[in-house]
Amino acid sequence: MTTERERRFVGPRRGQLLFALGFLAVSVLLLSQIGRETVWIEKSKLAAQPRFWPAIGLGMMVLAGGLHLWRLPWKNVTRFDRIEARKWMGVLEFALWFMAYVLVVPILGYLPVTMVFVPALLWRMGYRTRVTLGLGVVFAVAVVILFKGFLSVKIPGGMVYEYLPGALRSFAILYL
Amino acid sequence: MDLIADALLILARWDVALALLVGSIGGVLIGAIPGVGPPVAIAILLPATFSMDPIVGLTVLLGIYGSSMYGGAIPAILINTPGTAVNALTTYDGYPMTTRGEPQRALSLAYSASFFGGIFSVICLILFAPVLARIAPMFGSREIFLAALLGIILVIVAHRGQTLIAAALAGLGIFIQSVGLEPVKYTQRYTFDQPFLSGGIDLIVVVMGLFALSQAFYLLTMEDEKTRLARLRKGLFQGLRELTRHPRVATVSASFGVIMGIIPGVGEFTAQFLSYTYARRTSKRPQDFGRGSSEGLIAAETANNAVPAAAMVPLLALGIPGEALTAMMLSVFYVHNVVPGPGLFQNSMDFVVALYISLLILNVLVLAFLLVATKPLMQVVRIPNRFLGVCILTLSFVGVYSLRNSATDCLIAAGFGVFGYILKRLEMPVVPIILGMVLGGIMEVKLRAGMARVKEPLDFIDRPIAFILFVVILLVLAAHFRRIWLERAELKEAEWQTRHASTRFGGLISRRKNSLLRARGRQVRARHSRSRPPSTDRD
Repeated sequence: MTTERERRFVGPRRGQLLFALGFLAVSVLLLSQIGRETVWIEKSKLAAQPRFWPAIGLGMMVLAGGLHLWRLPWKNVTRFDRIEARKWMGVLEFALWFMAYVLVVPILGYLPVTMVFVPALLWRMGYRTRVTLGLGVVFAVAVVILFKGFLSVKIPGGMVYEYLPGALRSFAILYL
Repeated sequence: MDLIADALLILARWDVALALLVGSIGGVLIGAIPGVGPPVAIAILLPATFSMDPIVGLTVLLGIYGSSMYGGAIPAILINTPGTAVNALTTYDGYPMTTRGEPQRALSLAYSASFFGGIFSVICLILFAPVLARIAPMFGSREIFLAALLGIILVIVAHRGQTLIAAALAGLGIFIQSVGLEPVKYTQRYTFDQPFLSGGIDLIVVVMGLFALSQAFYLLTMEDEKTRLARLRKGLFQGLRELTRHPRVATVSASFGVIMGIIPGVGEFTAQFLSYTYARRTSKRPQDFGRGSSEGLIAAETANNAVPAAAMVPLLALGIPGEALTAMMLSVFYVHNVVPGPGLFQNSMDFVVALYISLLILNVLVLAFLLVATKPLMQVVRIPNRFLGVCILTLSFVGVYSLRNSATDCLIAAGFGVFGYILKRLEMPVVPIILGMVLGGIMEVKLRAGMARVKEPLDFIDRPIAFILFVVILLVLAAHFRRIWLERAELKEAEWQTRHASTRFGGLISRRKNSLLRARGRQVRARHSRSRPPSTDRD
């Protein structure tokens, strides 16, 4: 039966304990390194010490994180927590997709990679119709034209553009 | 008058006009798509605005901020899903109107109320600007430090029921901003001898991770939903007439929006809550609230649209952002070496007024656009979640990579994206991290500068504004701890009322044993009383 304390808790139960434990562990670990990772300067005021603000931040993390853990209405890890942790891990796949995109763009160029990346990820997400995949390609081209061509954001040309003939090479490096 | 003429001169440029148009229409579109929201759009566009003039870049971002709530009302009213988080209260009265066949009335009321809120706040602030210009120079290092401290405390205590984790996350923000080479003594802080950490962790990388990438991950792991849209008939202008029948609710709600917008860390939600409660309490038909009340809809929409202009006050006058969106805008100022704060009000008042006038024009543009384009605009609600997730992931690349062309930045952003996804799943706040980063940096610089002229601790608050801010901090903390005390007493009372015997096995066995013993005792006493009649009978 749900207790009053559980009923008043803001947010779902699943994963709360794991998060609180993980957050506190990382905070304590970082705080334990404060002597090695920051410097204390003699004859300098407390507010001017390089160690002061990391200590404030980490102190808040440890104190408030510890109190949050202590006040949690649940003290046991259940199978729902484990399912939730698997969901958190599952999202790493999309982080890898993102990083692969980041690493390939400087080699193959922004436009070609985006034109492959968007439909490929749409395919992975279960979209199979030509219309949706075509819309993905249109979106990819529009993004490149808007940001690199029109707004001139700083994205370097692909290394393969070097093999293009003269004028086309400059155009590709600047706009594609 | 000269000031307004100067401000209009700043705005009289084709690129500013284009920025206004793009910002207003883009903001409405972004607001109308559930799952995107202004923080994601602003985070993605932020690096692109760095190459623009400050007024152009800020107009685009302000346009998105100011107009997204107009667009957010569309899905809130038509499909009961708020387009932006602050439109949640719009669903209470907007959707019931749709279900009883009045979607055009609800939409037109929402647009009119939003328009009134937006215009009211801008006019208030233009009138208030000379007073602000007089007060702002009274803020020195100590006052700005105390105002930033007040901002961070308000952000933490505003998260009712999540104060502890909000404080921990604000601490995380303060810690993140301290990583890297410390600028005064030139010492390394938490770089773990890694060169990529020497320059610190950029705010935009964190913002991109926590807002854009985490939202992309969240949408990619969701299921697509099928939405059925109500059909719209003509009559989108009727809301303007209906709004004039409720001038009191509209004015009070807009005033709440202005006041709550100025206070750092409070924002739209509190403004909406206060105005909605006020409207219900003073209404002749309070029973209609939550069932399609026009007053409820007016209160919610007027209050939230009055906030964006007001939220610019602490940012422009003191350089202190009160919430995540204005924190992002602060980086646009820094990139162009325009330092918001008392100096800006003293030296570039025309720039400040130009920003307010651009907000005024923006509201007119958005209303005109919505009155003619609502029908085609409704279709953006149909974009599937996962398709949207792919789009945001692709756009996030532009936001992070264009900053420094660094794959490491992208890796850090991806890490914060996963962290933001976890926070979203657990319904924990992200804003304290961003404000911890921004306000932590401001507090570090201002405390160091302020303490240099202080001999005794009490000297820190010997100036009137510093003293007032210090007293306000004490009052906020006292009110918070009083609320915790009352909630604790209420919880204890509720627990005592619902208390029941233990359901543990040992407890069950013990109670069974006692029950058996009691029954056995009764039997034994009954047998004894039968075998030995009472003494009175023997006599």
